[in-house]
Amino acid sequence: MDLRFLLRLPGGHDLMSTQTNSSGESHGSVSSYLIGFVLAVVLTVLSFLVVSTHSLSPMGTLAALSMLALVQVLVHLHYFLHMGGSSEQRWNNICFVFTVAFVTILIVGTVFIMTNTTMHMMSR
Amino acid sequence: MAHDTTVQTAGHDEHHHESPVVFGFWVYLMTDCIIFGSLFAVFAVLRNQFNGGPTPHELFEFGGLGLETALLLVSSITYGFGMIAAHKNQISQVILWLGVTFLLGLGFVGLEVREFAHMIAEGAGPDRSAFLSAFFTLVSTHGLHVSCGLIWILTLMVQLMGTTEIPERMMNKLTCLSLFWHFLDIVWICVFSYVYLAGMI
Repeated sequence: MDLRFLLRLPGGHDLMSTQTNSSGESHGSVSSYLIGFVLAVVLTVLSFLVVSTHSLSPMGTLAALSMLALVQVLVHLHYFLHMGGSSEQRWNNICFVFTVAFVTILIVGTVFIMTNTTMHMMSR
Repeated sequence: MAHDTTVQTAGHDEHHHESPVVFGFWVYLMTDCIIFGSLFAVFAVLRNQFNGGPTPHELFEFGGLGLETALLLVSSITYGFGMIAAHKNQISQVILWLGVTFLLGLGFVGLEVREFAHMIAEGAGPDRSAFLSAFFTLVSTHGLHVSCGLIWILTLMVQLMGTTEIPERMMNKLTCLSLFWHFLDIVWICVFSYVYLAGMI
């Protein structure tokens, strides 16, 4: 234990270097970055096309945009931020799930309440 | 303090464990996520309050938006290549990729500043309507984050110059910046989808 403590001190880096890949196995490779990049480009181009070609109804376009944005966010989280189910990322994932829930309540709640208020005040 | 927790976790898991520094930074990013969430909520409420002023159709164009998006997306992957080089301890490669990322990010901020200046010159500044106030607050908060990221990239490039190996502390800094930079790209996905493209439907 003492030895490990010394190894972790700022001065002890050279000693550490054999086992230093410490920020995780999950740092990705050239191919995983390229796959993520190609997927992201395809999804971005699709988003632009959906809007510029006016091929769907306004509501349909908005739904398609939301889907594409959601998928692209997931692609980025997986290929660029290397999120995954490994046990070492457990606390990162717990924080993330909490934040997503929090932000969802924040946005949906705000839009719901404000739309309702506007309707009742008839200020549209 | 930090060392204590490191020792504990290291004792827990023999092979390796994510540094508490990186985890702490992740928690910061999550709080940043809440800031952006609030700004998106504000924008969602005010997006149709034009007060007789210009609408998204008149203000936004595909060309500039596409270019900004492309710059940020490419900068994400160049930073990724920098991280791969860093894990292989190839310092000159890391500096090169960080430099490329910096230039792409600078291009993004430059385009955004030009777009804002153009809009304000046309009388579509943040004081024109509630929609424009919400728009400028949201998009410039993102732009400010990217600008901070640029300063951070420069700082790390300077710190890396002249060194021969990347100690764990430096690796943590690079990893945190990597999370920050990719996180900003994710926020930009939401911005171009819900602010720009959704306004142009």
